[in-house]
Parts: sequence; structure tokens; C-alpha cells
Amino acid sequence: MAQAMPEAILRTESLTKRFGGLTAVDTVSIELHVGEVHAVIGPNGAGKSTLTNLLSGDLRPTSGSVFFAGKDIAGLSSDRISRLGIGRSYQKTNIFLPFSVFENCRLAAQSRTPHAWRVFHGAAEFPDINLMAEEAMVAAGLSQRRDMVAAALSHGEQRQLEIAMCLATRPRVLLLDEPLAGMGPQESQDMVELIQKLAGRHAIMLIEHDMDAVFAVAHKLTVMVNGEVLESGVPEAVRGSPAVQTAYLGGEDFLNG
Amino acid sequence: MRALRLAELLLLLLFALLALFPLIDSTFYTQLITKVMIMAIFAMSLDLLVGYTGLVSFGHAAYFGLSGYVLALVAPQYEAVSLWWSLPAAMLVCALFALITGILVLRTKGIYFIMVTLAFAQMVFFVFHDTKFGGGSDGIYIYAKPTLVIAGFQVLNLEKLNQLFYLVLIIMAAVYLLLRRILGSTFGRALLGIKENEHRMRALGFPTFGYKLSSYVLSGALGGLAGYLAAVQYGFVNPEILSWHQSGAVLMMVIMGGMGTLYGPVVGAFAFVLLQEVLSDQGFLGPVAKHWQLAMGIFVILVALYLPQGLAGLLRRRKAEASDGSSDA
Ligand SMILES: Nc1ncnc2c1ncn2[C@@H]1O[C@H](COP(=O)(O)OP(=O)(O)O)[C@@H](O)[C@H]1O
Ligand SMILES: [Mg+2]
Repeated sequence: MAQAMPEAILRTESLTKRFGGLTAVDTVSIELHVGEVHAVIGPNGAGKSTLTNLLSGDLRPTSGSVFFAGKDIAGLSSDRISRLGIGRSYQKTNIFLPFSVFENCRLAAQSRTPHAWRVFHGAAEFPDINLMAEEAMVAAGLSQRRDMVAAALSHGEQRQLEIAMCLATRPRVLLLDEPLAGMGPQESQDMVELIQKLAGRHAIMLIEHDMDAVFAVAHKLTVMVNGEVLESGVPEAVRGSPAVQTAYLGGEDFLNG
Repeated sequence: MRALRLAELLLLLLFALLALFPLIDSTFYTQLITKVMIMAIFAMSLDLLVGYTGLVSFGHAAYFGLSGYVLALVAPQYEAVSLWWSLPAAMLVCALFALITGILVLRTKGIYFIMVTLAFAQMVFFVFHDTKFGGGSDGIYIYAKPTLVIAGFQVLNLEKLNQLFYLVLIIMAAVYLLLRRILGSTFGRALLGIKENEHRMRALGFPTFGYKLSSYVLSGALGGLAGYLAAVQYGFVNPEILSWHQSGAVLMMVIMGGMGTLYGPVVGAFAFVLLQEVLSDQGFLGPVAKHWQLAMGIFVILVALYLPQGLAGLLRRRKAEASDGSSDA
């Protein structure tokens, strides 16, 4: 812990979110580093998605700070945060169902370019946007589905598209909220490999229930319960921690698969 | 894809038929079709908001009327004003009005958006209805229609029915092509994304407010274009053109014709105005014609029940059969 680390690209300080009387995220301080997968686990209702929403700007924190590359970005709008280079995927698939797979990715890529106001050029006429979209589609394993309407994809493929759209915006930080939920074994395997590949050049926060996947990819592990961080550190250490073992009494199966 | 071609082919056919229309040489029908085409421009401008940006405005008459009043107010009493500057001026006033009100109304959503757009339009209505500035409830006459003079030569004489007809026809086609173009651009795709799921668009990094405001201003300016032409055609303006009936009628044209298609609202304008003409024709329907609004209501209900995508849905349904559902965004 005391080791000199390069500065975190994304860091929270006592981040808190209250919904009325409920404290969904309670004085959480975590760090994300480029080259690392930081997994966040915890039972349903622990506040993991709320934490993601606070980092992405979907929700405003009640108190506390979020530092991105040293600057406090807490309270900025989600579009500003996205343009800073923080991308997210949603736990509940959130894609444009009537659009084709390619158009979903193209639209995402379009948000990064200055051509958005060239109203007399066809949308598909920008090679740079198309390239970003194609690359994201290939990375997420969807190139076979390029021209299919998103609504016609299988559930697992829609999850892949969710990730592809996030990648198409070329973020430096990826916030992935249960990307494997509802995926088949093969799709999960592919997604784990993708996350491992992405970890090299991104800072990733991975919220996930699948423990095999978590232990396969995570460099850091944080356990949340009731909005609070119960334990945080190297995965093996966290797994063996008495606090975690007690909290998951009988939930042994939760941590060990 | 094939269906899009079909629609475009039909539009081309419609354009050709309209171009030949004045040959039948009837004052009444030439005026009627001119009026229909003006409403088609008006309806297309609203479709940009309703069908492509997901903003259901119930105050679009504000632009239609405002623009007409600008023309009436800038025109000298017995002389023709130049189209060159009076038309851009009218559209600019509408764009400014849209910009200022848009900053406020675009902060609301759904039913509140409908209400606030209506409220702004009603404010404009009462400004002209209750003050002497625009002639009060009597309105203002425009004795001489605007002229287009280039190097001392009168290019357009809008007193001539056919010239006004062709001007409106060309503007209608130009507005259609302009909007098609814009909607096919990255800007247009972003609008569609916002209509579909604004929250997701923001998460992807789109400053959606600016996009919506641009759409709102463009829609207002084009609505003003229609209103200007209407004022030219009728030769007078009164608060009626600003009333919520007018906003409701154009909304019905858009929905009945098929929102989000651009050609649907054109079809809707034809259907609405022509139907209104037939249903209210006493010579044709006798005393029943007095109750034309009832018959119109029944027609609207039937369309809503059996053609949920509007009259344009007739084309789309064929498309689904022909190409088995592969759709383009
Ligand atoms: N928008 C909201 N309004 C009120 N309560 C919420 C809202 N979002 C989440 N919560 C509550 O906050 C707690 C944490 O939820 P969530 O972050 O979704 O947990 P997790 O993702 O870990 O399952 C839950 O009790 C949930 O009911
Ligand atoms: Mg969750």
C-alpha cells in the first residue's frame, strides 16, 4: 500500500451519494490506474452501480470528490465527463435498438470528432469516424453482425454492443457495470480476453459477479457492502481477509465461485 | 432501401403532377393547392422537431404567425416590399424567437414541453390580439405582394397566381431536399439518437442541448418561411394564424401523415387540407358540411387506429413485406 505508485488517473475521495434516507455510496475512496483492472464486487444493492453513475456523471455526488488526472470533476455533466475520456457501459443494456450495429458504433465514434456540425455531408462519409466504429465492432467481436438491427441481436450480443459503443468513444478509463451478465460461456470467455487486452492501455473499473472472471483479470479488488468499502487491495489478500470472510459467512460460494 | 426509392419515385411523380397543375387553369384550385403546399412546408418544419428530435411542440403556429406579421409590419402601406430582405428578416425574427424561447422550453420534457410551447405561442397570440401594434383582432392588410426585382427587372410577380404557385412549389421541394440532406448528416443522426435515447447520447459525450436547440431554431425559421408565404397568399394577417388551432392542425398533419418521414407530413398536409375542403363543401355535402370537424375527427381516429405510422405507413408496410425488415437507421 505504501509503495510509490504513479498517480491514479481516476481517484475518489470520500465519495457519498444519498437517496433520501438511504446512503447508497458511503465515503468511498478508490483509485484507478492505467494498466490495471480494478474489480468491485458486493451483493446486490451494495452501491456498485451508483458508484459507477457518480464516476460517469449520470448522478451528482452528495459530497466528496472525483479527481480525473488531478482535476476535480465531481458534478460535471455526463457528456463532459465522457468527452474527458471516461467511458462506461450499463448494467441494463442501453443501446439504440432500431439502429444497426454499425450505426450504434458510428454514432458513438461521432461524438469524438469535430465534424458533427458539417450538415451537408452524409453521416457515413467520414473515414476517421467509420474506422473508429469498425475497430470497436471488431474488438467486441461483432463484425459478423455489422448491418443487423440492434434489436435483432441475441442478449449476449447486445451486451457486446454495449461495450463496443463504449470503446468507439476511445476512452482512457472504462467503467464496466457487469459486462458479463447474461452472456453465454463462450461470449464470457471472449469478453474476459477483451478486458485483459484492454487493460494494457486503459484504466478499468470492473463490476462483476462472476468470481472466476474477476480473479482472472483483476489487479485490485474492492468489496462493497451497504455502500461502504469493506476491504480493498490485491485480490488474494482481500479474499483471505477475515472481514470479508465474516461478511460472506455462508456466502463462501459467493467468493469462491 | 427499395421502399425509400419507391417513396422518392412517388415524390418525383407528385412534383411533376404539381408542376403541370396550373395547366388546368382554375383560380380556385391553383389557390387551394398553393395553400396545401404552404401547409406541407409548415408540416415538414414541425416534423424536424416531432419526428426527428422527439420534441412534440404544440406552439408551432407562433412562427407561422410571427413571420406573417413581420411581413405585414415591414411592408409599406401601398407599395410592394422586396422579397429579398423581407423574407430573410421574417425568418430571422422567427429564428431569434426560437432561440430565446428554446433556451427555456428545452429544459422541460414530455407533457411539460407540450404545455410550455403552447404557453409561448399563446403569449404571442395575445400580444397581437390585445394590442393595437399589430392591428388588434382585425389584423393588417398587405395590399401589395412582395416583389423580386433584379437589376431593375421584375423577376417575380406574385400578384399572378401561377407565379406564386411555382414559387411555393420550388420552395417546398427545396425545403424537402434541404431537410433530407441535413437529416442524413452526422447532425441528423445525432438528432435521431437524441429522439431515441437522450440519456445514452449524453453518456456517449454529446452535448445534447445544443443539438436540440439547433433543431428548434431551424424548425422555427422554416415554420416562419411557411408563414411568410401564407401571408403573401392571403394578403392579410390576423391573430387567427397564431392560434392554438393552427398549432393543433399542423401537428395533426404531421402525425396523420407519418412523423419522422418528412414525406409523410407532406401527404398529411394534402390529406388534411383537401379533406377539410371536401367535408366543409355545402354544395357537395349539403347541410352535413357544417359538421365537417366531426367527420374530420372520425377520419383522424381511423388513421390513428389502423395506420399507427400514419398515411406514410402504407408505404412502409409494403417495404417490410418487400425487404423482410432490414431497416436503415
Ligand atoms: N435512483 C435511485 N433512487 C433511489 N434509490 C436508488 C437509486 N439508485 C439506486 N438506489 C438504491 O441504492 C442502493 C444501491 O443500488 P445499486 O447501486 O444499484 O447497487 P448494486 O449495483 O451494487 O446492486 C439500492 O438500495 C438501491 O435501491
Ligand atoms: Mg448494479
